[in-house]
Amino acid sequence: MTANRHALLIDFGSTYTKLRAVDLDDPRIVGAGQGPSTVDSDITVGLVRALDDLEAKLGILPAFSYRLASSSAAGGLRMVTVGLVRELTAEAARQAALGAGARLVGSFAYKLTSGDLEEIAVLDPDILLLVGGTDGGNEETVLHNGAMLARESLSCPVVFAGNRNALDGVRAEFEQAGKNIVAADNVMPNFGELNIEPARAAIRRVFIDRIVHAKGIDRAANMFDRVLMPTPAAVLEGARLLGDGGHGRAGLGSLMVVDVGGATTDVHSIATGMPQDEGAVYQGLPPPYAMRTVEGDLGMRHNINSIIEETGVEIFAADSGLDRDRVAVLTELFSKNVGRLPETSDERAFDHALARAAVGLSVRRHAGTVETAYTPMGPVIVQHGKDLRNVTALIGTGGALVHGENSDSILAAALADKSDPMSLRPRAPKLFLDKDYILYACGLLSMVEPDVALDFGLANLHPLTQETRDGRTSVA
Amino acid sequence: MKTLVTGVIGADTHIVGNRILSLALEKAGYKMVPLGALTPADAFIKAAVETAADGIMVSSLYGQGELDCRGFRDQCMEAGIGDILIYVGGNLVVGKQPWEEVEARYIDMGFDRVFPPGTRPKDVITALENDFAARAEGKKRAAT
Repeated sequence: MTANRHALLIDFGSTYTKLRAVDLDDPRIVGAGQGPSTVDSDITVGLVRALDDLEAKLGILPAFSYRLASSSAAGGLRMVTVGLVRELTAEAARQAALGAGARLVGSFAYKLTSGDLEEIAVLDPDILLLVGGTDGGNEETVLHNGAMLARESLSCPVVFAGNRNALDGVRAEFEQAGKNIVAADNVMPNFGELNIEPARAAIRRVFIDRIVHAKGIDRAANMFDRVLMPTPAAVLEGARLLGDGGHGRAGLGSLMVVDVGGATTDVHSIATGMPQDEGAVYQGLPPPYAMRTVEGDLGMRHNINSIIEETGVEIFAADSGLDRDRVAVLTELFSKNVGRLPETSDERAFDHALARAAVGLSVRRHAGTVETAYTPMGPVIVQHGKDLRNVTALIGTGGALVHGENSDSILAAALADKSDPMSLRPRAPKLFLDKDYILYACGLLSMVEPDVALDFGLANLHPLTQETRDGRTSVA
Repeated sequence: MKTLVTGVIGADTHIVGNRILSLALEKAGYKMVPLGALTPADAFIKAAVETAADGIMVSSLYGQGELDCRGFRDQCMEAGIGDILIYVGGNLVVGKQPWEEVEARYIDMGFDRVFPPGTRPKDVITALENDFAARAEGKKRAAT
């Protein structure tokens, strides 16, 4: 009998270095380990601690067939995007950067000004994505922006994914300044056609070739095989695999992932989201099939005030069962101690309501909307963004869901609400909890053994039976 | 190759004529950016900016075009494409009004040409050819 093969999946996070050891022949987690994130000093230290932790749990570390890593350490992949029309190529650039797992620190549209350039210099991104114009369309703006950026003392890698007719001109400007650009196919080759995968791939290549080194992650290079992508991209890849399935094996179908974190709440959807109602008309840029949004003002610890403000203090207080004064006191408490976990029953109620609010708001922003336009021919339904009402699975992850109580009730806050019929949120998906943080591991593993990754992912998500206090039931 | 943006403006769902025109123009060698029905004025202009279009062809069939098209040229100017060729055509006003008056009103709004109901695609194609030829000589549009 030969021994089972194993894979080690590493997440170099902003706070922790996390490990998952997966049995590839009997797809399951055999162990997990955790150490601190030590990328600011020497990343090796945290990884060694995490491996020691894993070894302590397993007794002995298996010989790993793969040792793959993702990273969101050292501030994540910080990106700036530059496009032409804000709702068109500039939006396509944002989608490409978010889909590549970036932390978007700035996005610019139209011609860059000297003030914009100063701002970009201060933002000091890891990668800049420059786009603009459809192929054969507007060259002027992207050439202007390319020339401005080339002359600027900007040292970060630049990915160009704009009008192909402008590529030579932009490249010449950069070469003249002794710099290079990485070229990818246009994010919008024809009007209204979103084509972000080539730009995503180029961003990932630059991340692997240059950013991993620049951030000092490769100091631990002899302890793993490869860093494949930023962690949010690994989560998106995991979600895509679990939704689509592969090689004759069905996935979960169209799905959403809500990842509630301390600083941001991320939402991913794997769905076309085009209009399902007869006669509904889609307006605006078509959304990407695999779509990620990041809500930087909906973090469970860093943005308590903005979450409560947007929800409405009265509504929040009612949902938590606390009075307004108590809400104010606890807001203060948690905002000042971002590492604090809830201890008393009041604190747990507060945290629970906060998670529900973050989930509800972030999913509402991610999902599309419909509005009725009244025409002389009768009313017409106009849709903007993704129709996610028929999504079949909703996966929750992040500390508040994994460690909190009643995670089904938190996740239920994502669902369609009769009082808000214009929002196209999921109506009756099956609810799952990713309580072992397997999505990133699944995404990394999908790059080398997609079939195993699919089995592993499907077997390690925890279905939630939804019997929430607000009485909704799942028709799973 | 010249690029043209087409669409039906405002809360107007009448797409058929606009689609026939778009197909005819494509066959005539234009690169088409068809936006379809129910298109807000700013969507025409944003699409024209991104595609560096040479012309915008606005259809309106439901009589409310006057409201929808008001300020169209001004918006183009704001977007930095103030010189773009713009045509409008269809049932452009409510009820029966003398065509000369209707045409004058739309010319006044900044449209280069105004087409009545029943216009054949070949007439539009001829007008485009003449206007683009005139523009190549530095004129705003052809005399006829």
